[in-house]
Amino acid sequence: MPEHLLVVDGLKQYFQVSKKFTVKAVDGVSFYIDDGETYGLVGESGSGKSTIGRSIIRLYTPTAGKVTFEGVEISGNMGANETRHLRTRMQMIFQDPMACLNPRKKVSDIIAQGLDVHHLCKSREERQEKVYRIMEKIGLDREQANRYPHQFSGGQRQRIGIARALVMEPKLVIADEPISALDVSIQAQVVNLMKDLQKELGAAYLFIAHDLSMVKYISDRIGVLHLGHLVETGTTKDIFEDPIHPYTKSLLSAIPIADPHVEKKRVAIAYDYATSGIDYTKGTYHEISGTHQVLCTDDELAYWQS
Amino acid sequence: MEKTLTIRNLSVSFSTSNGTVRAVRNVDLDLYKGETLAIVGESGSGKSVTVKAVMGITSNNQTIESGSILYRYEQNENWTERELLKLTHNEMRQQINGTHIAMVFQDPMTSLDPTMTIGMQLMEGMMHHLHLSKQAARKRALELLELVGITDSEKRMRNYPHQLSGGMRQRVVIAIALSCNPDILICDEPTTALDVTIQAKILELIKEIQEKTGISVIYITHDLGVVAKVADYVAVMYAGRIVEKGTVDDIFYDPRHPYTWGLLSSMPDLSIDNSERLYTIPGSPPNMVNLPAGDPFAPRNQFALEADYKEESPTFKISDTHFAATWLLDERAPHVEMPVSLRRRIDAMKEGGVSHA
Repeated sequence: MPEHLLVVDGLKQYFQVSKKFTVKAVDGVSFYIDDGETYGLVGESGSGKSTIGRSIIRLYTPTAGKVTFEGVEISGNMGANETRHLRTRMQMIFQDPMACLNPRKKVSDIIAQGLDVHHLCKSREERQEKVYRIMEKIGLDREQANRYPHQFSGGQRQRIGIARALVMEPKLVIADEPISALDVSIQAQVVNLMKDLQKELGAAYLFIAHDLSMVKYISDRIGVLHLGHLVETGTTKDIFEDPIHPYTKSLLSAIPIADPHVEKKRVAIAYDYATSGIDYTKGTYHEISGTHQVLCTDDELAYWQS
Repeated sequence: MEKTLTIRNLSVSFSTSNGTVRAVRNVDLDLYKGETLAIVGESGSGKSVTVKAVMGITSNNQTIESGSILYRYEQNENWTERELLKLTHNEMRQQINGTHIAMVFQDPMTSLDPTMTIGMQLMEGMMHHLHLSKQAARKRALELLELVGITDSEKRMRNYPHQLSGGMRQRVVIAIALSCNPDILICDEPTTALDVTIQAKILELIKEIQEKTGISVIYITHDLGVVAKVADYVAVMYAGRIVEKGTVDDIFYDPRHPYTWGLLSSMPDLSIDNSERLYTIPGSPPNMVNLPAGDPFAPRNQFALEADYKEESPTFKISDTHFAATWLLDERAPHVEMPVSLRRRIDAMKEGGVSHA
């Protein structure tokens, strides 16, 4: 079996709110990402999709479970070598381009911060060259390197966020809703840019979003999250053409279609976990085909497929 | 069909430290009774400012430069007309807002009062505007909660906003907006802060209520999928101006303005395969301070003519319902077709042959 780039096995992330109450934000999620592919993580707010991204890159310490990145375990206590490995080989793009850039730093220093921290450049010239090259790739001018974040528009700032992540030449980029704060006409630009850069640099993406039509466009494989459980995972084709889980079906039916004749008559399929009688903790992963897995019990699967 | 709202030649500007921002420029809009108008545009295109002028929500640095907003309503079988821009702030609040025109805002968390129970917030407006007794208001509040699909309404009345989920909160906001029987409901991005599954439910709810009560609805959105679901009429705004308006069929099946083409093309179509690149409108929305001469969309417009850089196009009439402001419709302009990919998509939609998930 070829080794996967990232393997997440039984990841749990609990947050203790008070002595009596613990939020189980992520409750036993397993998936993997291969070199150079895009894995889309979708689900409603509160489903734990952002938490998973943050646990993997260790903004949180996972409660339980194992995360292996390029053969190195990064979920437990990390030594200096593991930390350095994680911090240089994995990067993150954040949702809000207004909030994620330090307003008091020049764009060139923001982009080069990772290089500086890890002493990845031998000379000033090399550092400058790297910054200029990545700025060119994301479509900004050299002259703009000495400007501050507030002098850029939302779309440009998100490009800077992308440049900052990709200048480190990471193997994996965690993109946490990178386009949901942008205007419609800018969203398509950023998605195209991310796709082009992936082709050029060969990084894998963990693409977290709630907009299914964009996720379909960018992802090779998709995982559907609900209430901290990965209810269904498979290739983009598996999920869109042969959804099994009722939650996936309801998500797909809720995507608005820009065709008034179709859209006016369509009613979205409702799904309510409380009344559906499904218990995620009882289900196990059932394989539908080689890549397509659903979380359910035997009876549920038989019922959904009938 | 009775017209309930007529906006003519509305221009609104803001004075800022950087100069004057002409946020809304010469907007004409009509809203008919019982119908739905959707205003589409990017942030800064002036769609919110337009409806806020209808609601009489103004900020200190704002001036209404020109225009009229005529509101007509039926009272005791007589049609009464009011010019909303001539009313004072207090007259707007006491006579129009809530009872005639109500608004639902984008974020339900910030539009509800965190220190009051849901029940009190629902009853407050009715007791103030309709002079109902507490008991009567309470009875109607329960009915309203049921209308917006909240079960267990007795218990919910005693809840505070933080005890409800986002979708529930937006339902409560809609119930409050409907509490004084308005004729017009304005929804400013009512579902942007919500998840897709809840978005679909809220949109279906508003449609259902509209069928039951016959109110007119104005939607503000940037999501063309939402427009396709709810709208009868569509107005597309860019840089403060309506660049194209028409029935929902006009806009989706026979778009004429290059900006509308771009918007429709850049929506990811569920039927395209991943190897195709998404169509994008190049560049970014213009800075509204010191707009350049000519059409503000020209620098992003691959079909821009020379005339676009010199002067803004007037609005051309295509049919009785369909208008667009582009020089391409001038008789001296060369014949330009919409992009091929969009043509193909529209043809496929017309045949109804598009398969959807």
